[in-house]
Amino acid sequence: MSKFRKVVLTTALLVAAGFASAQSTAYPGVGRPATLKEVAAWDIDVRPDFKGLPAGSGSVAQGQDLWEAKCAHCHGVFGESNEVFSPLIGGTTNDDIKTGNVANLKRADFPGRTTIMKVATVSTLWDYINRAMPWTAPKSLKPDEVYAVTAYLLSLANVVPENFVLSDKNMAEVQKRMPNRNGMSTKHNMWAGKEFNGTAKPDTANVACMKDCIPEAKVASMLPDYARNAHGNLADQNRLVGQQHGANTAVPESKSTSAGAASVAPAAKPAAKVVDPALALLGKHNCTACHAQNTKVVGPSFSDIAKKYPGKADYLAGKIKSGGSGVWGPIPMPTQTASEADIKTMANWLAAGAAK
Amino acid sequence: MQSGRVQKAPENFLDRDGIRTVIAESKTGRRSFIRSAFAAAAAGAAAPMALGQGNPVPTEGGDPHILNLPEHATGLGQGVAANNGYGVPSKFESNVQRRQSPGLTQTTQASVSFAPLQSLFGIVTPSGLHFERHHQGWWDIDPSKHRFMINGMVKTPKVFTMDEIMRLPSVSRFHFIECGANTAVEWGNVAVPTVQYTHGMVSCSEFTGVPLITLLEIAGADFKNAKFILAEGGDGSSMTRTIPMSLILSGEVLVAYGQNGEMLRPENGYPLRLIVPGIQGVSWVKYLRRIEVGDMPYAAKDEAVHYMDLMPDGQHRQYTNIQECKSVVTTPSGGQVLLDKGFYNITGLAWSGRGKVKKVDVSVDGGRNWRQARLETPVLSKALTRFNIDWVWDGKPAIIQSRATDETGFVQPTYKHLRAARGTRSIYHNNAIQSWLVQENGEVKNVQVS
Repeated sequence: MSKFRKVVLTTALLVAAGFASAQSTAYPGVGRPATLKEVAAWDIDVRPDFKGLPAGSGSVAQGQDLWEAKCAHCHGVFGESNEVFSPLIGGTTNDDIKTGNVANLKRADFPGRTTIMKVATVSTLWDYINRAMPWTAPKSLKPDEVYAVTAYLLSLANVVPENFVLSDKNMAEVQKRMPNRNGMSTKHNMWAGKEFNGTAKPDTANVACMKDCIPEAKVASMLPDYARNAHGNLADQNRLVGQQHGANTAVPESKSTSAGAASVAPAAKPAAKVVDPALALLGKHNCTACHAQNTKVVGPSFSDIAKKYPGKADYLAGKIKSGGSGVWGPIPMPTQTASEADIKTMANWLAAGAAK
Repeated sequence: MQSGRVQKAPENFLDRDGIRTVIAESKTGRRSFIRSAFAAAAAGAAAPMALGQGNPVPTEGGDPHILNLPEHATGLGQGVAANNGYGVPSKFESNVQRRQSPGLTQTTQASVSFAPLQSLFGIVTPSGLHFERHHQGWWDIDPSKHRFMINGMVKTPKVFTMDEIMRLPSVSRFHFIECGANTAVEWGNVAVPTVQYTHGMVSCSEFTGVPLITLLEIAGADFKNAKFILAEGGDGSSMTRTIPMSLILSGEVLVAYGQNGEMLRPENGYPLRLIVPGIQGVSWVKYLRRIEVGDMPYAAKDEAVHYMDLMPDGQHRQYTNIQECKSVVTTPSGGQVLLDKGFYNITGLAWSGRGKVKKVDVSVDGGRNWRQARLETPVLSKALTRFNIDWVWDGKPAIIQSRATDETGFVQPTYKHLRAARGTRSIYHNNAIQSWLVQENGEVKNVQVS
């Protein structure tokens, strides 16, 4: 602790004196210099001034092909899908590109906010696609592919034309056309440091009044009765003992019930069942990101697939391997890279009825 | 249960309407319904703590749970280290779990699970109940292969192993972590039923680790010209966030491996995460692999697309990171049922990203009159603080609220205050006063008041 204080003090003094800090010799043997190769492998961030951006380029057309193969199953062919993540594209106009402010952000009645309505910097798009996309195989795109996918996205919002080639050379120019480039403010009190010179005072100012503070309080908003069990039986979500128990929301509320008579405590849950190996593989290969057992998520449920293709393990294995589109809805399924054995196990399980 | 025998049900296990329903159902021949109703009652009677029906002296002159010595008093229990050497909670505590809010997200890998605030005591969140927020799924990373790098505006870019980080002088501190989106769904109106879903993206732990400034010192960081750092995670999303250098200079920011006396849990960033007291959880980067020292903010995805505050004029406040003073009553709270009239302990949690909680006031009449609650020790800076206050419920409807004030004098706002300043379309940083309506039947509902 005292050593820690000393380090802080030393730092403060050095900062005060205007010196760059000297390298510490207080902890010999801890840490080693990073090699250039190591830094290059991990230092992937791209700042708004494009520091960190690797050289390269990609066209809108190349981006469209990549998009349909690797991105559309989560984001829709036009970046408009709201099935897995919030829509990326939509809600901006050519006028917004001129002003740098998205008009729909002022409208209280506009239903949603897409990424392109909010993001002010192209660097952010490039950086995030490069580090975290595609969602199930992050960091698998080469720099030129990231340029291409970014170009395609920007073309969908009319930020760049359909024949555009995005590169490290022209990205700064493209940034000047971002629809919401003027839509950000740091004039607030909610940054913990002093780096942005925001405002000194919080924007809400309640006072700790103690007596007769307001006229009678009226309930202005509460959940409707039909939502009573929407989060499951609340009796199961409270401890079995205590000064209160959980409300049994599996039954309609009895308004005449006197206090204490409402709930019957549930029994403890049975132990977890042994997981089927096919189910484990479906989890491992991220199939469960888009498919669930009995409900449609992005793709059809496993039980619906089983019902449609009983006994057709080979067909299903082929579909898993090569992907597909149009059978169950507009969102395509990408090709899967799982091993033959794994695909066979999953296909057999589906063909045999997808029983849990 | 043997067929043909029905165990005697405890008195009042069904209300009058319920009994009428059972009789009506029996007349229409739905015997399975009756069976299940009585089976539930029998299960309740068998469990040692079932109904919470008060504590009267039974007519037989004594409680069978006292008069008949139970198995656990007359038999041999289990041996030490019976659960693979790492204990688990009682089977009677299986209702105390973190949970997802149905319909909130489409996938479990980019999702949230909420901590069961309604069932926690004191200020520490058990590590296994700590809320989770993942962007691309969680991993259990081999600590012997994990590396931590510092680069950017430093004299020598450095690489550390876990062994090396754990050799350095460590500190342990209690801090709350709250997702910037905690309570987000309630900006416009009531959306979810319980405190788990309204406020369960806050947790508090004792974290153990090394002050980041120590590690930056070792790398020879340029403290004169550097203004920001970028923290980067090692998972699929490689989460990145800009952190103010001024916080790091204060010594508060930790590179942590310990949580509540054990190593971090995988869901919370094992083996290494950043601790940024007072700042929204997204900045506490998990699976921390790299710190870059720089002179400008990074506009990472989560600070350029999400975690911004939309003002009525269409401008977004960017780089909002502080979690302002906030509190919530956890008992009584939504989805609970008070068992009878009489004495209750109103209890809850308060916290502030700007320091210590100075006081908490509680109202049982929807904010008209307030009484000052007891703050239980410890009261720590940027940590959850437990408050309690006595209350005798007269059986009439009541609206319960809490209002925290922190050491800067900031008073937690009402929804009216918050909406006057920021409108209703923001998502993050909702720290408004929460209201719980206790109905005459004892059931507690989430409400907002005008």
